[in-house]
Amino acid sequence: MVLEVKKPRPIWEILFSTHHTDIGLLYVYMSITALIIGGSLAMGIRAELFTPGTGDIIPDSNTFNRIFTVHGTNMLFFWLIPFASGIGNYLIPIMVRYKDMAWPKLNAVAFWMLPVAMALVWLGFADTTWNAYPPYSILKAPGPAAEMWIFGLKIAGISSVLGAINFIVTILKMKHPDLPLMKTSLFVWSTLVTSLMIVVAIPTFAAALIMLYTDRLGISGFFNPAMGGDPIAYQHLFWFTFHPEVYIFLIPAVGMLYELIPKFSRKPIFSYQSGVAAFVLLALVGFASWAHHMYSTGMSFTEKTVFMVGTLAAVPASAMHVFNWIATMWGGRIKFAAPMSWAVGGIVLFFYAGAGGIVNTAMPLDFLTHDSYWVVGHFHLFVAGLVTMAFIGFTYYMFPFITGRMYNERQAMIAFWLFFAGLSIVFLTQHILGLYGQPRRVFDYVPVQPLIIMNQIASVGGWMAGAGAGVFLYSIITAAFKGKPANMNDPFAIGEQYYDYTRREPHH
Amino acid sequence: MGHTTVEWVYVGVVVAILCYVGADAWNVERILDITNAPAEAEVIKVTGQQWLWTFEHEDGRKEISELHLVKGKPYRFEVTSLDVIHAFNMPDFTTLIDAVPGRINSVWLVPDQSGEYLIQCREYCGFSHYQMRAKLIVEDHEGGPSVANAAAELPSKGAEAIAS
Ligand code: HEM
Ligand SMILES: [Cu+2]
Repeated sequence: MVLEVKKPRPIWEILFSTHHTDIGLLYVYMSITALIIGGSLAMGIRAELFTPGTGDIIPDSNTFNRIFTVHGTNMLFFWLIPFASGIGNYLIPIMVRYKDMAWPKLNAVAFWMLPVAMALVWLGFADTTWNAYPPYSILKAPGPAAEMWIFGLKIAGISSVLGAINFIVTILKMKHPDLPLMKTSLFVWSTLVTSLMIVVAIPTFAAALIMLYTDRLGISGFFNPAMGGDPIAYQHLFWFTFHPEVYIFLIPAVGMLYELIPKFSRKPIFSYQSGVAAFVLLALVGFASWAHHMYSTGMSFTEKTVFMVGTLAAVPASAMHVFNWIATMWGGRIKFAAPMSWAVGGIVLFFYAGAGGIVNTAMPLDFLTHDSYWVVGHFHLFVAGLVTMAFIGFTYYMFPFITGRMYNERQAMIAFWLFFAGLSIVFLTQHILGLYGQPRRVFDYVPVQPLIIMNQIASVGGWMAGAGAGVFLYSIITAAFKGKPANMNDPFAIGEQYYDYTRREPHH
Repeated sequence: MGHTTVEWVYVGVVVAILCYVGADAWNVERILDITNAPAEAEVIKVTGQQWLWTFEHEDGRKEISELHLVKGKPYRFEVTSLDVIHAFNMPDFTTLIDAVPGRINSVWLVPDQSGEYLIQCREYCGFSHYQMRAKLIVEDHEGGPSVANAAAELPSKGAEAIAS
């Protein structure tokens, strides 16, 4: 058994490694770093909004705009996507019984593009918002920050396409011949579907980024109305990539939950086929709803209707996953160890998030919620709620298998309660703020009740979640060095067989 | 197998709820659509620019950062922008439409309550996005004094109601 953290190796050997577990862990370290530093920006945003008035802790509106732009960009592209790639790298070859990823060197290249992309985004500190809508992003956003943002995302996009191709080939071509696809873990399915979606969705935005750049240089006017361009065309290109992308964020987390829920319920998955069907359905229908982000751009009634129907059609797939989890837990002897608690907490928030999403989708109601704090609450319940909670739960789950050590269960549960309660408070409150009309991306708000008190409640919730993330980080760092040796046959004492997560080829 | 029956029933219920939501949303949006704007509606040209709103009435009257309407009268707002994308938003009347340079987007409204309300920008537009606000004054009668100014600073009627 090769345990990555226990056996000390020189750092350069890890950095230049092309072995899938090394690359996987590098992704994980980088993404957890992004979670923590991106999270601290959010703490600053909530501190500024704790009281009305400007300059409480962030000196001016431009700095504030840069902070939320980098927060959003960082969390989506350097936390969610790389963490999923990291776990995928670590587990997929093991789960398809192959010695490594199909192209180990390409795999290392794909990883090492990310720190470069991340450095560009952080050092540039753009104020474009993560959507970078023109004409603002091409005519007004200060450079070189905006250029660095464009190149950062460009590189991150190429990295994720390369990674996705590697996953697709590893799963479809390198899978052990005795192992039919329908017998692989649902996590393998989730990675396969996500990778296929990446390959189809990302090129559109990649093209849009080039157009943004040449528009900024003034040599083209794709999105510049003064040169006959159309800024709304950008929004179509953007959301054609990024609505599917929200499922790209989601599906790996769903795959991880399919590993966790049956294990800690001590029952087999209720319906494997239904899980596969829901993945495939979501991947297909997910491409039919992008313009639900654009109801207010002046689309015709017919266009709005088409995209509303497309969006609603994707909901049953998500609902099927929730059903599958609940049916798996039903009548099981559930053990609420830390990984399971994080997983179930995520599912609770997923449910609220989906309900809110349906409100956004219903055309007349979207004019209430669009670009208000409601939307901020909605998508955070997904990305911070379900996805991040599943990722952290899965980190705790894999921890003994990777390090040979056990984390402190009490710390993991304190982190869970702080994070779960904090998220519920901040994001449900933000829905209400939205209904009172508070726009998103604002440095200040009208100083009246109940806006003030609601913002204060939201800030306290945000800080609680921040504290939870801090305890999480503390617990895994201390346990990696000083944790008790784990019982490798049954680290969670649930009396079940585990997937042989440590069965893999030695380093080469 | 009972196994799958439960799941089919569940999916059926979800689909039924979604159909209901979709049909209802379709029906309401159809009525609110711009093609249903009353023919006699007064056209108000709304222009957003970094970071203020200007309004031009049909009779040529111009207002900056303030808009006077009359209760019960239909209006048609033709919204555009001079620079970047803004969004013309009157949260108390759930009126929201993007102000896009090079395009004119339209919405219609019959204000059914007099008083003073907030107009704000709802699409990120740079440095002073957060204070790109204007005042909406709905008068009871043409040319009459505005009825309430108590709500002057309030973001919404709902907020005022909760506060009192
Ligand atoms: C039941 C499924 C879902 C429905 C019906 C739904 C619906 C919507 C709608 C209609 C909007 C546009 C709101 C607006 O701007 O007015 C929206 C925004 C958003 N949703 Fe969802 N959504 C769903 C699932 C998800 C998932 C799974 C994720 C991510 C994991 C997600 C992430 C987002 C994000 C990031 C935005 C805001 C983007 C932005 O403007 O910055 N959604 N959703
Ligand atoms: Cu979407």
